[in-house]
Formats: sequence, C-alpha cells, structure tokens
Amino acid sequence: MCLAIPGKIVEIASDNPHSALVDVVGMRRKVDLGLLQDDMPVSGDWVLIHVGFAMSKISEVDAIEQMRTLEMLGESEAAVQEVRGYGLEEPQDQQAS
Amino acid sequence: MKYVDEFRDPELITKAAEEIKRLAEPKKHYRLMEVCGGHTHAIYRFGLKDVLPPNIELIHGPGCPVCVLPMGRIDDALSISADPHVIFAAFGDMMRVPGTNGSPLEHKARGMDVRIVYSPSDAIKLAKMNPQKHVLFFAIGFETTAPSTALTLMRAKSEGLHNFSVFCNHVTIIPAIRAILDSPDMRLDGFIGPGHVSTVIGCRPYEWIAKNERKPIVVCGFEPLDLLQSIVMLLTQLQKGEAKVENQYKRVVPWEGNRAALRAMAETFQLRPYFEWRGLGFISQSALRIRDEYAEWDSEQRFHIPGIRVTDPKAAQCGEVLKGVLKPAQCKLFGKECTPENPVGALMVSSEGSCAAYYNYEHRKAALVANIGSAA
Repeated sequence: MCLAIPGKIVEIASDNPHSALVDVVGMRRKVDLGLLQDDMPVSGDWVLIHVGFAMSKISEVDAIEQMRTLEMLGESEAAVQEVRGYGLEEPQDQQAS
Repeated sequence: MKYVDEFRDPELITKAAEEIKRLAEPKKHYRLMEVCGGHTHAIYRFGLKDVLPPNIELIHGPGCPVCVLPMGRIDDALSISADPHVIFAAFGDMMRVPGTNGSPLEHKARGMDVRIVYSPSDAIKLAKMNPQKHVLFFAIGFETTAPSTALTLMRAKSEGLHNFSVFCNHVTIIPAIRAILDSPDMRLDGFIGPGHVSTVIGCRPYEWIAKNERKPIVVCGFEPLDLLQSIVMLLTQLQKGEAKVENQYKRVVPWEGNRAALRAMAETFQLRPYFEWRGLGFISQSALRIRDEYAEWDSEQRFHIPGIRVTDPKAAQCGEVLKGVLKPAQCKLFGKECTPENPVGALMVSSEGSCAAYYNYEHRKAALVANIGSAA
C-alpha cells in the first residue's frame, strides 16, 4: 500500500481527462490522474502511482531508478501484483493467495 | 553491506559513508529516528547499519499504518461485515492482520465475503458489480493513501452510489511525531522525514520540529544513497548547531506538497478529536473522520459500530520499541511468542513494522549463521 510504483502514461481517456492508460513494466492499466489536476501530465510523462492514483510526476531517469529501488527492496513483485490487480483484473481467489 | 555492488553509485555510497564517519563526533551518541516504515524496511534490507559508525543509532518510528491500527478497529469493521449483504474490501496488506477472532482472510475462510482490492477505485467498481450488496472499503494509511480515499468518496457522492461506504482509519503523521517528542523517556537528535507522505503534505508541516523542538529533519528518499545522504545532512546540521527542515528527496517531493490532494482531503475529511494508536495510546487530533456531508458513505455513521477496544498483551512491549526505548529483540516476546507468522504485537504485523523487519533480516540471518556454525 505504501509502495510508489513508476509508470508511463500511454493514453489519456478521451471521455475522462482524469483517467489514463499507464504502462508499468509492460503491463497496461487504468490509473486515476485526479490528484495531479493542478499540473496535469500528458502522454509520455512518467508518474509515481499509489493505490491506483498517480501522485506525482517524475523524470524518466528517476522512474527507472524507482523500479530498481523496488527490486532491491524485494518489492518489485508486489508492485507488479498490485498493478496487475488494478481494475479487478484477476479472479479474487488468485489475488488472495 | 549486502547489496553494495548492485547500487547505482557504489562510489557515492562509500563517499557518503566516509562523510558520516567524519562528521560523527566519537564522543557523542546520535539517536536519529526514521519516521516511515518504508525507511525501516529499507534500512534492514540494505544492511545500512553495517556501514554506520556504532555511535549512530537509528530509532524506528511509528510510520507503519498497519502496525499502529488498534485491533478493535478490525473487529468493528468485521462485525459490520458479518452481515451476508456486506462485502469487506481492503488492500492485501490488511488480509493477514489479526482481529480478536482471526484475520479478514480467516473470516473469508469461514464464509465472509472478503475481497482484496488494490485501489479504492476498485472498491467502487465492486459496488457497481454487486448492486444487491453493500461494499465496505476498509481505508487505511497516512497522507500517502488518504487523498485516494478522498477522491473515491467524492466520486461515490457525485455518482450517487448508495451501496458503498468507507470505514476510515486514516491517520496523520505530524501528531504521532509530536506524541513521540512529548514522551518523557524519549531523547532524539534528529529525524529522517517520510518520503511519500511528504509528496502530499510537503515540507512546511515539519517546521515546528525545527523551530520549537530544535531538532533537524531531512525528508528522505528510499534508495540506500538517499538514506546515507540524509544522515550526512542531519549530522552536518548537528555539527553546526542548526535545526532546519531540509528536503533530500527533491526529485519527488515539492516543498509545498500536492495541493490538489490536500484539497480533496479537506473536502471529505476532518480531524477526529482523538484516536487510539497501537503501542502509543490515544493521540489528540491524529486521525481523520469522514465529514457529515459524506455521512452516507461513512460506514461508522451508516452502521452500528460496537466500538470494540482490545488491549495488547501486557508482555508485548510495542510502545517501548516504537519510542526507541527498547530494540525489537529486547522485547520479551520477540521471536518466541511473537513472530511474523504469528504476530502478537503491532510491530510484527507488517513487513514495514520494525520488529518484522528486524526479524526478517537480522534475526533470521543470525539464526542461519548459528546453524552453519554448529554444523561446521
């Protein structure tokens, strides 16, 4: 829950400017941009994500470093599992395991 | 240090470690508190203690939201969810946290409808997918996750979603730091400030620590180099007799914080007069409740709450460990009755709790070394 996961904005929804498709290590999920409404990111920007909400914009270099930090902390799998779970994409029983 | 070769800048790491040794006066003993549980985890994981001189002591702070949550809150939420029309939804971190009659996962095994969500938005989605049921979202966390809950509440209201509510356990970091500083048996020289909480609240709320308490505080990132650089910055201030708020994590934390996030929190939450913290007791104005304008989406206003209070076993010395009076292994229960698999006290519950971090990295390592030694 306290993980900050870096992701790259691929596409901002045409019908909802607060919803974006974000790429996290090759996985694409919808992320909420509502907390960045004072400084809205655009496609191609990198963001740090907490529990499905982009919380801050960061540089690409820092995004790559953040992923490395998560790996060093042994948290990268948990991060990937979290992102995979956004949008209730997996059956619940698998998530609980 | 375990992973030194994997670090981005091993030379910079070595340089920072040397700088720390140079700055630390041999006759002094420095007690620095890292407030955030993420930092505690990183310190043990990276073995940072091995590169610090022995007179620099890191005290592990209260910044693990799962750890400081009183068991009664879990019992209260689970009592609402005993109704077969209620779905209990929470982050994965909560699933194994014990209530009096077992964890949410154990309740699920006994038939309760318990679901893991990875985002509060998904709790809303769950409510829409199950219109005949009520989804209770068990919200937890410091200012890092509170804004996401806030936006979710605003969305539930604007969409007129009636089968969804939030059981709010959000806490705020500043009153916890104040409670620790007010504790008579506490002596600290400075703080390693939380990184991601500060993304939201910024650096200004820490200024009273510098001005009134005359303690330096450095907001810090999560890489080994970040932690060492922050310690250099703290020692530099201490050497000069200064007490300032500094931001080592500028690449992510703006001085003013995230105003949109703070606005969303102000719209939906207000401070509770007091809230109980496991290990620390009741702390004034240290937690958030949902504003009356959002009462329909507040589980506590919508349902009858038993208000269960469960005191921790007296033998568990969580409070002393939280305040740095005792090291994790000095608690009578550590590694015996209380382990990450069967946590008795708060700090063993989450991987970010100092007892669990100490157990996973130091205790297991020591046990392994002992086994190898006896086998040789």
